[in-house]
Amino acid sequence: MTNRADEIVKFDNVGLRYGTDPEILRDLSFTLFPGSFYFLTGASGAGKTSLLKLLYLAQKPSRGAIRLFGKDMITLPRERLPDYRRRLGVVFQDFRLVDHLSAFDNVALPLRLSGTDEGKVVKAVSDMLEWVGLSHRAEAKPATMSGGEQQRVAIARAVIARPRMLIADEPTGNVDPEMALKLLRLFEALNNRVGTTVVVATHDVHLLKKVPDSLIMRLNKGRLSDPTGALRFPPRPGGSSSAGSERSPA
Amino acid sequence: MNEVPIPDAPPAMKGSPLPKPRKVAAADLLPKARFGGPIPWVIAILIALVVIAAAGGLALRNLAETARADISNAVAIQVLEPNPELRGERVESIVAVLERDELVRTLRVVPEDELSQLLEPWLGAGAASEDIPIPALIDVELSRPASPEEIARLQDALSAAVPNARVDAQSAWLAPVYGALAALQYLALGLIALLALATAAAVWLAARSAFATHRETVEIVHLLGGTDAQILRVFQRAAVRDAAFGGIVGLSLGSLAVWLLGQQFAALDSGLVSGGGFGWVDWAILLFIPVVGVLLAFVTGRMTIAFALRSMF
Ligand SMILES: Nc1ncnc2c1ncn2[C@@H]1O[C@H](COP(=O)(O)OP(=O)(O)O)[C@@H](O)[C@H]1O
Ligand SMILES: [Mg+2]
Repeated sequence: MTNRADEIVKFDNVGLRYGTDPEILRDLSFTLFPGSFYFLTGASGAGKTSLLKLLYLAQKPSRGAIRLFGKDMITLPRERLPDYRRRLGVVFQDFRLVDHLSAFDNVALPLRLSGTDEGKVVKAVSDMLEWVGLSHRAEAKPATMSGGEQQRVAIARAVIARPRMLIADEPTGNVDPEMALKLLRLFEALNNRVGTTVVVATHDVHLLKKVPDSLIMRLNKGRLSDPTGALRFPPRPGGSSSAGSERSPA
Repeated sequence: MNEVPIPDAPPAMKGSPLPKPRKVAAADLLPKARFGGPIPWVIAILIALVVIAAAGGLALRNLAETARADISNAVAIQVLEPNPELRGERVESIVAVLERDELVRTLRVVPEDELSQLLEPWLGAGAASEDIPIPALIDVELSRPASPEEIARLQDALSAAVPNARVDAQSAWLAPVYGALAALQYLALGLIALLALATAAAVWLAARSAFATHRETVEIVHLLGGTDAQILRVFQRAAVRDAAFGGIVGLSLGSLAVWLLGQQFAALDSGLVSGGGFGWVDWAILLFIPVVGVLLAFVTGRMTIAFALRSMF
């Protein structure tokens, strides 16, 4: 038995269908624990993006219960949603940058929406852009940026407000391996130093090996396979490992 | 820079209320701070029409009031008596009754030759004589506008003294005119209501299309933790700016038209028409129209967007 304070996400018999199509996610029951680093893998079309949409509150499930931060998200009144969304950082698969805003303003958006002091915004955003190597593109609009540049802006925007949980959908699909590693290091740093829970969807198996203490969730035909029970037991204190969980080789 | 930039803790921690939306963010959420397109001009035309309709209504009201003030405290008394000698006596007894009545301020017995002159166009010269008996006429100015009951009481008092005396309240034969003036005022009011409806509809359409255009941005802002209030503020501001533009242009055009029409009517120099003249209160009411228009746009825009937001997760 896990106690509620110990979980950050809990899915209970969650199912999702689009319109009248058959369910593309079925009977999802799992728990994510704070401070852990998760990879969500599965073939293209397996439903990774759909699962993450449920996770970052962009989509309501067709059935089942979803708890975030110990709170039932299905019955939560609309006006309380922003409070929970602000605890999440999301890298969307298609980036979803705001077209008319510069790279700088896109990255600054979460801070400004949460009422951060403009002085702090400028400093934090400048540092972040420098780190993802986009200082020189700060004033560029998304339409003029390459896929890789847009992806880095999207990642910078996702982490800028230091979220309690970071959800990234194929965050390294458009950058070279070197940049992919560097971005992964950013996620790891947030995970290790701040305790941010990280969920990264990817079909790139090489990536899994780059984060030693990560846990792996595998989606197949709408179902989550958890052969090792990684998704049922909280990780052991002192590391995110748990006995019997599927380990990625370091 | 190799050091991983770990940002500061966010200002909104668990349990604390959401901070107030910031202006900076609101200003940046939409590429344009206005709906743009033809909408501001449509609003300008509608406001100009409201100004003209309102000015017409106010002028009619002024006209009716001036006329009423002139006429409602005047009555004429006719004495129908063919015998000239008797007629003189009857007039005297009526004058006696009138002079005792507190409702009467002044009275004037219209001299016979003045009456003949009045009737000449209809009866021919010299016709007003023994052959055709003409009534005696007494013009009475009342001390205040009289109610129909008071006129009836006066009639009774006179009838008691002289059976053939008849009180003509001039307001009575003007009643159809007042009716027509009132109908025109209601027409103006109806027009204004319809124009207000059209303005609200224009704002509604503009807000809906703006929302559809920016739906992706709205979704992103939602997912990044933006509140409905923050999104509402942006659209509201767009509605208010467009309405303010339309209001100022519409008021200018409408007032110009009203002023020009006023000049034309003033040139007619007719007593009746100049009664519809405009006072500063009337101009103040016209100035108020764009303010109401902006308010209407604000409320309509806000309700439209709030309704659209409610259908989102
Ligand atoms: N908005 C949608 N409407 C209808 N079907 C969808 C929608 N989004 C995804 N799907 C379908 O759901 C399935 C899973 O898609 P997705 O979650 O994007 O998988 P993945 O991210 O693993 O590639 C696919 O068959 C896809 O066609
Ligand atoms: Mg996907």
